[in-house]
Amino acid sequence: MIPFNNRPYMKMFMKVLAVISVAFTIVVVDSCKPKGPQEAVTGNAAAKVYVAPGKYDEFYNIVSGGFNGQMGIYGLPSGRLFRILPVFSQFPENGWGFSEETKPMLNTSHGFVPWDDLHHIALSVTNGVHDGRWAFGNANNTPRVARVSLKTFTTQEILELPNSSGNHSSPFITENSEYIVAGTRFSTPMGDKTDVPISSYKKNFRGTVSFISIDKESGNMKIAFQLLTPGFNFDLSRAGKGPSHGWFFFSCYNTEQAYTLLEVNASQKDKDYIMAVNWKKAEEYLAQGKGKKVKAKYAHNTFDEKTHMATSTIMDEVMTLDPSELKDMVYFIPCPKSPHGCDTDPSGEYIVGSGKLAALVPVFSFTKIQQAIANKDFEGEFAGIPVIKYESALHGEVKKPGLGPLHTEFDANGNAYTSFFVSSEIVKWNVKTLQVLDRVPTYYSIGHLCVPGGPTAKPWGKYVIAYNKITKDRYLPTGPELTQSAQLYDISGDKMQLLLDFPTTGEPHYGEAIPASLITPNSVKFYRIEDNANPYVAKGEKEAKVERKGNQIHVYLTAIRSHFTPDNIEGVMLGDEVYFHVTNLEQDWDIPHGLAVKGALNAEILIMPGETQTLKWKPDAVGVFPFYCTDFCSALHQEMQGYIRVSAPGSKVPLKFSTGKIEDEGTGAK
Amino acid sequence: MKKELITAVMFGLLIGCAPEKPKNVEDLPSQPSTSAPEAVLTDPTKGIGAVKNVTLKSPLEKERVDRGLAIYEMKCQACHKLDDQRVVGPGWHGVTERRKPEWIMNMVTNTDVMLDKDTEAQKLLELCLTRMPNQNISIGDARDILEFMRHNDGQK
Repeated sequence: MIPFNNRPYMKMFMKVLAVISVAFTIVVVDSCKPKGPQEAVTGNAAAKVYVAPGKYDEFYNIVSGGFNGQMGIYGLPSGRLFRILPVFSQFPENGWGFSEETKPMLNTSHGFVPWDDLHHIALSVTNGVHDGRWAFGNANNTPRVARVSLKTFTTQEILELPNSSGNHSSPFITENSEYIVAGTRFSTPMGDKTDVPISSYKKNFRGTVSFISIDKESGNMKIAFQLLTPGFNFDLSRAGKGPSHGWFFFSCYNTEQAYTLLEVNASQKDKDYIMAVNWKKAEEYLAQGKGKKVKAKYAHNTFDEKTHMATSTIMDEVMTLDPSELKDMVYFIPCPKSPHGCDTDPSGEYIVGSGKLAALVPVFSFTKIQQAIANKDFEGEFAGIPVIKYESALHGEVKKPGLGPLHTEFDANGNAYTSFFVSSEIVKWNVKTLQVLDRVPTYYSIGHLCVPGGPTAKPWGKYVIAYNKITKDRYLPTGPELTQSAQLYDISGDKMQLLLDFPTTGEPHYGEAIPASLITPNSVKFYRIEDNANPYVAKGEKEAKVERKGNQIHVYLTAIRSHFTPDNIEGVMLGDEVYFHVTNLEQDWDIPHGLAVKGALNAEILIMPGETQTLKWKPDAVGVFPFYCTDFCSALHQEMQGYIRVSAPGSKVPLKFSTGKIEDEGTGAK
Repeated sequence: MKKELITAVMFGLLIGCAPEKPKNVEDLPSQPSTSAPEAVLTDPTKGIGAVKNVTLKSPLEKERVDRGLAIYEMKCQACHKLDDQRVVGPGWHGVTERRKPEWIMNMVTNTDVMLDKDTEAQKLLELCLTRMPNQNISIGDARDILEFMRHNDGQK
């Protein structure tokens, strides 16, 4: 019942004792200063995160899995893990990227890429407020962005980004989900001349920032344009909102343009830049035909909910805009020491830059940035792009906030919460006054943090979650490799209070939290079989069959509690490729069936009710091979099985199939 | 009780989703019923669910028979044969003589509640040992299936 192991529980007990004794002393010494709230919150932390059996959590926490390439779906405040939702990595647990239908989702210009590194989540918004429609995620390694439906919790679309390497500052989103963005972490040589010395970095290497439009109805993504930039490293970004809607802000480091030992060589300058992009201006230039189409090869993969199949299309060109030629569209704002986080507050007036190596946190004012642009208050240019004077853009600095500021999220009361990696803490401060209000330790080395709705115009508040980089001694040890870790804090009072540690899968790089009420009512329970348009669907056992097409055997297999049709198949020859097209005939919630075939060189597939999914199997020997249902479906699940007979090439065994047909031994095919 | 409510609501949705099929108004309940236990008290042989009273016509309505056959092949055939042989579930031969039309339609559309509360449905579960799945069948579709069952039983 108590979600703590003994040691921390003892620790907490001791802490409570200590607090009580301190409080007691204070009461004795100074009865005017009771330490009530702290004790109260510490005492009922367990009650605050306890979600009784059968009850629902208040928030969904949609968390990137970092190097597992997936998204984790958690409940808050309980921290319970509901699902690992596969996006960029193959997932043998349900066949994502293994089934014939889903393989095209992982296609790229490089071919089939079975893994990636998913860093950031962006939830769709309307008027700056979560609308519960889609979650977007970025692939860091082979640059891509993905769109996930929050109705089915499945990946619906993956778009590769040309002219990009290390898609890190992505997929942050504009106020009405007009665009998500993608900035290059690595600048590289582009265009026709790419075989160049690495030492020619300054001359030949360039970066890009892509603006990807989102169709209002379907959510379909398209690269609207790419901005060509100097060869920097782009790190993070956030869209403007309210008054700053129409602008986007990107942090960049390595303005030194180093190409080796960046640890040292990209940390030379006192200030790097935040790049401010006026994307409404970019739209004007595009409308005036000032964009240039360039050749580029990239994959666009979409999943059709009716056919339950993905299609991969290779695109061949992309629109670019060059801000060194097209003025009044891009500006640089100096920001101290390798800025990382670049976060806009709910009002849209303030932009918080967090220099990883800085001893302060600068806060910029959108109004002042606009004034500085109007007054041409520039300190110079970089590659033809104006650099605004630091002081002219600055609202103020948070002094001595902590060590290693990374990211900032906001509540609805004008407060900011900044994570500090080096000093392992969250610091709460007031955006207007820049005063530090509170600080709490994290365990250990926090990266991103999340306030529900924290990056939107309407934060839901209540909690802040720390996504940590180091776990160390927080849980029972499991050898050298440990679970990853997150922490939940209550921010409803003046002081932040640690409520809960919860383990996560993959690296919990970043997450957004959204009220369950915006998602739960729309959650799909099954797919209507009447609507299934998969070319290999069998809508009922009458349509179950086996067909030969050359050396391909297509098995139209139906699954229902608890048998397959057909479950006896003969006439397959060694050298044939067998495609099991499984249609789940069930029309009820939570009745998936699975399929596994002995010796299959891929994985199982899970088939949701009303869906068709295909497992390809190439038999490697003559004999009779079993297949069975992998998802426990009924009391007779263990009976849900079948046999497929593989004969020698050129054998006379006729193709035949059946279910429930009992033949005399003598009449079976010889 | 909650489950019943949900099921009743689902019926409402399903009816709303299938406007292309002509339905006889008298066959449909005036509103989705949530007073299942009452139904048990009034006539236990009619089962539990939204279907209270079905008017059968003679001769059979051919359109319904055809639609019922199509639904049977997609959603029922995997477990029910048309003769009296039991596979996963009982064969359908003679079902319209053994059961009231209302009972059949409630079993098809309100499956989980029937299996949990109706004595006759529970006897079948004990016999077959596999819970009949909720196949998401609307009341209109259930009426079509019933007409097909009557046809299967040789009614004219």
